[in-house]
Amino acid sequence: MQTSIIPQLRDTPDGQEADRILRACTHCGFCTATCPTYQLLGDERDSPRGRIYLIKQVLEGEKPTQKTQTHLDRCLTCRACETTCPSGVEYAKLADIGRELVEQQVERPRHERVLRWLLRHIVAYRNRFAFFFALGHLFKPLLVGPLAPLKQKMPPRRKALAWPKAENAQRTMLVLDGCVQPVAAPNTNAHAARIFSQLGVRLVAPKASGCCGALSQHLSHREEANDFARRNIDAWWPYIEDGAEAIVLTASGCGASVVEYGHMLRNDPEYAEKAARVSALARDLSDVLAEEDLSQLGDLGHGRQVAYHPPCTLQNAPQLHDNVAEILTQAGYQLTHVRDPHLCCGSAGTYSILQPTMANELRSNKLASLQAGEPDVIVTANIGCQLHLESAAGVPVRHWIELLEPAAAA
Amino acid sequence: MADTAIADAAEQVLASRPDKAQLIDKLVAKLPEHVVLHAEEDLRPFECDGLSAYRKLPMIVVLPETIEQVQIAMQVCYANDVAVVARGAGTGLSGGALPMENGVLLSLAKFKQILDIDTANRRATVQPGVRNLAISEAVSDLGLYYAPDPSSQIACSIGGNVAENSGGVHCLKYGLTTHNIIELEIVTVEGERMTIGSEALDTPGYDLLALMTGSEGLLGVIVQVVVKLLPKPERAQVVLAAFDDVRKAGDAVAAIIQAGIVPAGLEMLDNPAIVATEEFVHADYPTDAAAILLCEVDGTHAEVDEHIADVREVVEREGATEVRVSRDDAERAIFWAGRKAAFPAMGRISPDYYCMDGTIPRKALADVLIGIGELSKKYGQRVANVFHAGDGNLHPLILYDANIEGELERTEEFGGAICELCLEHGGTITGEHGVGVEKIDQMCVQFPPDELTQFHAVKQAFDSKGLLNPGKAVPTLHRCAEFGAMHVHNGELPFPELERL
Repeated sequence: MQTSIIPQLRDTPDGQEADRILRACTHCGFCTATCPTYQLLGDERDSPRGRIYLIKQVLEGEKPTQKTQTHLDRCLTCRACETTCPSGVEYAKLADIGRELVEQQVERPRHERVLRWLLRHIVAYRNRFAFFFALGHLFKPLLVGPLAPLKQKMPPRRKALAWPKAENAQRTMLVLDGCVQPVAAPNTNAHAARIFSQLGVRLVAPKASGCCGALSQHLSHREEANDFARRNIDAWWPYIEDGAEAIVLTASGCGASVVEYGHMLRNDPEYAEKAARVSALARDLSDVLAEEDLSQLGDLGHGRQVAYHPPCTLQNAPQLHDNVAEILTQAGYQLTHVRDPHLCCGSAGTYSILQPTMANELRSNKLASLQAGEPDVIVTANIGCQLHLESAAGVPVRHWIELLEPAAAA
Repeated sequence: MADTAIADAAEQVLASRPDKAQLIDKLVAKLPEHVVLHAEEDLRPFECDGLSAYRKLPMIVVLPETIEQVQIAMQVCYANDVAVVARGAGTGLSGGALPMENGVLLSLAKFKQILDIDTANRRATVQPGVRNLAISEAVSDLGLYYAPDPSSQIACSIGGNVAENSGGVHCLKYGLTTHNIIELEIVTVEGERMTIGSEALDTPGYDLLALMTGSEGLLGVIVQVVVKLLPKPERAQVVLAAFDDVRKAGDAVAAIIQAGIVPAGLEMLDNPAIVATEEFVHADYPTDAAAILLCEVDGTHAEVDEHIADVREVVEREGATEVRVSRDDAERAIFWAGRKAAFPAMGRISPDYYCMDGTIPRKALADVLIGIGELSKKYGQRVANVFHAGDGNLHPLILYDANIEGELERTEEFGGAICELCLEHGGTITGEHGVGVEKIDQMCVQFPPDELTQFHAVKQAFDSKGLLNPGKAVPTLHRCAEFGAMHVHNGELPFPELERL
């Protein structure tokens, strides 16, 4: 596609990257077919191709208004479009650049600014989030207006599982604790650690690590996201030097962010090399487990019916590999047929809080497909999807790893 | 007579300067405000379809949600003599949905419902914005599918398919869109609803359904389509045959048809196309081959076994260097995936591409391909060929860079030369993408003035004011005269101003 990016942007790293991405786009429209928002709304401006055009206008010097911002906000960043783009357009990278440019030029209404500030300054910090989470449980009735979506999102508190000691383990892997998951679903990593310990692997979650940075990235604060990345790299580096084999991501949303550290910090001379190494070590939980001998776990499912919702991040981030279905089948579970697995459930990071109408419509559609096969349980591989689906599902929604320890989970 | 009248009407419409503010007022008086877009920021994403070399900012975009809203938009435009360009998924490759700076762009993209599936009669009633592939997906569990499968079928919509009479890989055996629909509902230029065709296979009177199909938005706005569904064949298998010479591959195509085999699809990719698509799809295409043929046969198990053996024998006799047969449906899908994504995959080897659509008799395949190769050298621009070999429908993709001044103009001229090469070999300028704005001048070469005059008479019967998609598909004689006059200046044809008639 023809481009004429304004001189003050053209020579910046962002301008060059945006130009490279735009020029690969041939405007064929294949991306519109898999875009959840275009499929619902039928408006070119709510399709990847239309958003690319909106961003192109800004890069070419047109002043955006709140309308451009709205259409960019409505994008889930699920990256389904990238999987159907024959020209290899890296849409999500362009969207990040475009959103930040628009953010600088369009002032948001006050209530949006407050909500976004809260998400960045509370949810991304485990202790603060835990505090407000506990508070939220106390004051649930007070969550109204723009805070109402938060109320739905609060899962019942669960009994904490003990982490294994794994003193005899020969091998070490790192696991990201993150921000929301340890508070809202503290047992996901505990289950993973217990299973790894059975396989002779010690799973370590360094205290100093935290949010992966995706929250800030999606809220157009890329420099802040880079800081989170640096903090995690610092926390992990001593273990990596000691021979940690992998960084295991139990939430694919965080996984999709960590595999991009190399790209995010490519222009930071101090961190570029370390970041690239971290990204190369980062792998989804299912990908790591698929390489281990799981036969010792035995038949756990006894034919129980399971509907699996593969998160967009696990389907569409090219560096993450999804082996959940194979692992569950091997463990004796029966996977039900789920229509349109490529469509986002509407969770998409902070999306379900910032765009509740669209998120709820996507969730209803998703739950209808997931429940069509009458499963006993719905499983997924990302905390965001799990909480979002759980708040409206008629059957339990779990992280799939819990099914490998059914007794402990009960 | 008719041509003069329509030329006057069209000229007036193209040159008209409607009062934008007044028209907006009239539209929002009867339509919800959010369906009428008029700020440049909102309009820009609609400025082109799949042929992004041609761009025009529409004056107004209307995004109706109901047929009543389509009617209102048409009535307001008709009363105010404002031109209307209808648009489906915006994936067309001939600029058929190119907007007008003094016209309304009417998007049918919100009409996404499959209204009825009638298994007893094997039919589906669908809204125009339904994606081509979505129809087959919806009836797949019933053992049925919708046969026409343009390569953009994942995204293109059925309304656009009807407007362009789209074909696809399988049209060799199962026909074009026109052979696979049975009834249409349109909104006329005056804003009235009209049903064309019927549930019966044949209707008395002129075959208006065939006339509407491929009319490129010049006769009416399609708001509902009844499509035929076919039972999925018991089995389908693909042969992939590689050749070290384009001529041998071209001759093999003619030999397959001559042997009495009717393939469900017979496609060819030349070396540049193989290399580009392989990078995206990883179908394990032989990247050192000069050309590959993909030949699909379908039917009962016995038929498929027999025909696969026949195809293998023919291509081996014609000198294939490698022959592979798909082992299962998964592998068959991979063989096809490269072909289906071939056009946009060019985005990986070139910033822009220009897709041609000429059709030639099968026996001329090799000569035309070699001729295109020579033109490529003459113009100094790369060409990749991906096409429906079985029905001689070529798709040369001219690679260029729109950011380099003058390259688009040279590309257009090169494209024109390819069209004329097809005509020299007894072919046509378009097989399935439509004329749009892209090939309108070549229509003057394809049809003599008397025939064009008859086309205008048809247009006038449906749209006497010339408001529907003016400046597309059928050139006025005036434009042809000008094109002819300018054409002799050999290479000095400037960027065709669309306002020029």
